Amino acid sequence: MAATAQLALEEIRRGLGWKKQLDKLFVILGLLIMIGCLGILAYLFLDLVRDGAPRFGWKFFTNFPSRKAENAGILSPAVGTSLIMVVTALVSLPIGVAAAIYLEEYAPKNWFTGIIEVNVTNLAGVPSIVYGLLALGLFVYQFGLGQSILTAGLTLALLILPIVIVATRESLRSVPKAIREAAYGLGATRWEVTKDHVLPYSTGGILTGLILGLSRAIGETAPIITIGALAFIAFLPPSPVTGQFPFLSFEWLHSEFTAMPIQMFNWVSRPDQAFQSNAAAAGAILLGMTLAMNAIAIVIRYRFRKKINW
Amino acid sequence: MPGDTNAEPAGTPSVSISLEGRKGTSANAPKARAENLDFWYGSNHALKNINLAIPENQVTALIGPSGCGKSTFLRCFNRMHDLQPDTRYKGAITLRPDDVNLVGPETDPIEVRMRIGMVFQKPNPFPKSVFENVAYGLRLRGIRNRTELGDRVEKALRGAAIWDEVKARLNDSALALSGGQMQRICIARALATEPEILLFDEPTSALDPIATAKIEELITELRKRVTVLIVTHNMQQAARVSDFTAFMYLGELVEVDATSKIFTNPSKKATEDYITGRYG
Repeated sequence: MAATAQLALEEIRRGLGWKKQLDKLFVILGLLIMIGCLGILAYLFLDLVRDGAPRFGWKFFTNFPSRKAENAGILSPAVGTSLIMVVTALVSLPIGVAAAIYLEEYAPKNWFTGIIEVNVTNLAGVPSIVYGLLALGLFVYQFGLGQSILTAGLTLALLILPIVIVATRESLRSVPKAIREAAYGLGATRWEVTKDHVLPYSTGGILTGLILGLSRAIGETAPIITIGALAFIAFLPPSPVTGQFPFLSFEWLHSEFTAMPIQMFNWVSRPDQAFQSNAAAAGAILLGMTLAMNAIAIVIRYRFRKKINW
Repeated sequence: MPGDTNAEPAGTPSVSISLEGRKGTSANAPKARAENLDFWYGSNHALKNINLAIPENQVTALIGPSGCGKSTFLRCFNRMHDLQPDTRYKGAITLRPDDVNLVGPETDPIEVRMRIGMVFQKPNPFPKSVFENVAYGLRLRGIRNRTELGDRVEKALRGAAIWDEVKARLNDSALALSGGQMQRICIARALATEPEILLFDEPTSALDPIATAKIEELITELRKRVTVLIVTHNMQQAARVSDFTAFMYLGELVEVDATSKIFTNPSKKATEDYITGRYG
């Protein structure tokens, strides 16, 4: 008896040893792949920084594009990109969150909402240039919004709506049923449950989704070329703050514009080698902006998660 | 009693036991009365012709094996089922004194929930401060006055026997409390709006024995102010806290009687088998 038990135990140990080896192998493989991915990104970033090194300086940020590479700066594209992002965020957040709340909290589960859901997910996969064509026909010509910051912002808002909707729904869904029941049990209406509980508790996830969407939008080139961004702009849009009552102006929405990726594209396509440095420097800055936005998303998520721990 | 006339086909014991004239605890006038109550989840007939009087200012316990419908029955009282699609009630739960039918399609479930409070299986405080948790029901009723809110929150916390433990940290997150404290916050939250009936759905199943004892003591205290209906898995708990016990099996109410009688001398074989641990 004892001998057979001993034998069985040895067999178990052999099996365990092999499984543990497999465990280690997987960890090593995963680590290598991760380092590889991060390494590529780091190399790209450092390469851009090295190529763009001669351009980094205050002047690069405060100068308009110029025919002379060493005088050219990113003032107008940086301002253009920032303003477009403001419009995109302000448009996609309310629409995306409202759509997600409807789909998640209100919509009955039937074939119609099923089709909507599938299509929202599919929209995330539509090539961005298609959005550009849509915007050119709809916003520029049909609505007569022109080749403006407003048009660009709306276009990119459309582009990231699926991302915002999907992230928001995910976030709404993570609010436990028990919390909803607690609120309903006290006599709250559906809207009160949504506004007092579900939305506040999922703010972290919603903002994370928005920022991830924006960091996709910030690098989009095709759609804003399609709607007619200019590559060479030596003026700034009218200031949103004015000296006269009511101190706010929305003229800038209708201003022509350029954006960071377009400026880069323009510089890259110039024959003069000196402009390649400008493109690299602008690329590094754009990449930095994206990483900064992602960092903000992480901080927001972390802070909300610390506050709400189910 | 209703129910006798509308009994289900043969084989289904239509139980409609009057609580009057029993030995042991004597029943107060009913606060609510289930009359020929049927309930369906889709095509699943979950409650079958339930007739039960809930005596005012006393504790009624619902016991029975898993899946017998006791939680389903409890949730009819505040229309929690309305949150799920494809559910259907038939019959009535009449609430005194105004004889409104709680499960009637003409009755607004929100209004029902404003009158009937509920405490859930797992403590489910909102991720807000202790104060805001307890004040939420009051805010829903449009109370904005700070002094009034403060007074009523304090009263509710005292009523739930947790005031002394949390009075110094009303503005701290309720999630920082222990499980037993959280559950008492949830009780205070339900008490704050002075419900006519308080429903407990296995309120101690996620708690340790010490926290459980505190909640049980609290429930026996609460009956002075509110009518209590409690679902419990734990028969000792039913014996400790309740005045009346109803035994349910397969969606039917088998027997209801004074708790002391149910646990010493049940009149139905099924009840005796369950109590003595032969199944469930």
